[in-house]
Amino acid sequence: MTTTIPERHPGQEGAGPSPRPGAEPKPVSPGRRKLRPYILSVPAVAVVIGILYPFVIGVYYAFLNYSAVNPDPVFIGLENFAFVLSSGEFWHSVQVTLTYAIAATLAETVLGIGIALLLNRSSIVGKIFEKVLILPLMIAPVIAAVVWKLMFNPQFGILNHVLGLGSTFDWLNRERALWSTVLVDLWIYTPFVAILVLAGIRSLPKEPFEASDVDGAGWFYMFRRLMLPMMWPYILVAVIFRFMDCLKIFDIIYVLTAGGPGDTTRSLQVGAYEDSIINLNYSRGSTYMFLLWAIVFATARYLVSVLGKAQRRAAGEEG
Amino acid sequence: MAELMPGRKRVTPGAIAADVLVLVWFVFSLFPILWMVLLALKTSAEQTSTYFVFTPTLENFGTVVSQRGTDLTSVDFTRALLNSILNCGGAVIVSLVVGIPAAYAAGRWKYRGSEDLMFQMLSFRFAPELMVIVPLFVIYNQVGLFDSTFGQIWVLQLVSMPLVVWILRSYFQDLSPELEQAALLDGYTRKRAFVMVALPLVRPGIAAAALLAFIFAWNNYVFPLILTDSAATPVTVAVTKFLGGGGQAYYNLTAAAALIGALPPLVLALTIQRYLVRGLSFGAVKA
Repeated sequence: MTTTIPERHPGQEGAGPSPRPGAEPKPVSPGRRKLRPYILSVPAVAVVIGILYPFVIGVYYAFLNYSAVNPDPVFIGLENFAFVLSSGEFWHSVQVTLTYAIAATLAETVLGIGIALLLNRSSIVGKIFEKVLILPLMIAPVIAAVVWKLMFNPQFGILNHVLGLGSTFDWLNRERALWSTVLVDLWIYTPFVAILVLAGIRSLPKEPFEASDVDGAGWFYMFRRLMLPMMWPYILVAVIFRFMDCLKIFDIIYVLTAGGPGDTTRSLQVGAYEDSIINLNYSRGSTYMFLLWAIVFATARYLVSVLGKAQRRAAGEEG
Repeated sequence: MAELMPGRKRVTPGAIAADVLVLVWFVFSLFPILWMVLLALKTSAEQTSTYFVFTPTLENFGTVVSQRGTDLTSVDFTRALLNSILNCGGAVIVSLVVGIPAAYAAGRWKYRGSEDLMFQMLSFRFAPELMVIVPLFVIYNQVGLFDSTFGQIWVLQLVSMPLVVWILRSYFQDLSPELEQAALLDGYTRKRAFVMVALPLVRPGIAAAALLAFIFAWNNYVFPLILTDSAATPVTVAVTKFLGGGGQAYYNLTAAAALIGALPPLVLALTIQRYLVRGLSFGAVKA
């Protein structure tokens, strides 16, 4: 297995570099040698601090009543949180975000695994397609969303014309808008899951499959009992990336619907954008973001622990 | 079993069905791109048409990048292209200069705080962008970095730095320390051993990390949407402005701009296809 998040790495030296200092032209004092990795990391730490600074300020905003109409904010404790957590708007955004994230991640994972399995067969069609598989993934999501918006247009869009839906079928109405944004997400990111899973399949040992083929095992049995357990770490890496990105979805929704119609696609980041950038209520927006960040953080902790278990399992440590 | 193992060919109904399924995805996946290209080749008279056969024109591309396009749509697309190159090029250079030493230190030595630093970097990748943007929006307006190239280079570190550091750390980890030790025995200094031995060996990793960071910085939308206005606005924001104008619609120009904006990442991605899996998974999956 070659998945390495986030374990420590073998084959590296201990605390200090170079176990043979005598061979160096100038002997370097052990103290300086110990400092070496720190010195190398100083610029990176500086950048991290530079980015953490606004992050901390953002957390601080969540405890103020800071907005454009109130440029001299005062500390108001948990009032923002009380307001946001008791507003139906916020919980609606949570619901939109979770629906989007779960639907998109699930569909992309299933389709991605399917495409990877299909491409793994050495067919000519598959070989040609593999080259262009990643194209949607590399186009800027907002550009993809712009193109899809043109295609969704009920009167001039190509989709209704090609699918024979007439000129009144509205892809972005109240009922369908969220699913249409998920469709665009799926168009962009399914290849991401597919190429990760495909790389995983190709790194699997061949022997177990040959052995069970000889034993007369069926396709589904082999997929379920052999491939899936071995593939699980790869699938999980893809799921983690997709789910976490979906939780903070902004660009696709913002371009396609700007959170509408009404608030039907108002995800958490779109809501925070409305509050803080459009309505210039910085504290309200920051409160949204702080809560989203907490959700993302908790999810990340959980998924990474699941990944760790899956990696140990795949490496054969627990049967 | 043929379906699970490569290298065996059987023409069975199953294999044909599988090829058909691949083709279905192929059509779904490429159709929007094809439609973008077709729309970009239509005249303004045909921009709302839904037919596939027409006399193509390259005029839209010229219009989009010229003063005429700016007059029509009030979007300075040439400027946006230049801004994207400056913002993203600058961001990648900063990330490489700052990130390579840190990635080397983290890949080569275990030291206190190393994992913390790496995870802090990774958390930037997953943090909700607005958490940082809202305060930056206020700070940038106060210190005059709003709508500036420098301001964009700074904030794009959130995109490019985690990629560069994580990908390169995985490459430095794969590099046997004995190679550098041999160089040290030959009388190289640490610095020279790094520059002459380690660095050249991870060159593919550096290229892949730099290009991938450039692609993702180029494709980013939310940072410039909020932190630029016009002077430093990049391609992604400019493309969406083609839609927004109100009144007269220019679908053909929108498609042309979208195509121009989508091309650089596509071309770059195809050149580093071999390293994509490793890059996209931040070094977690080594294909």
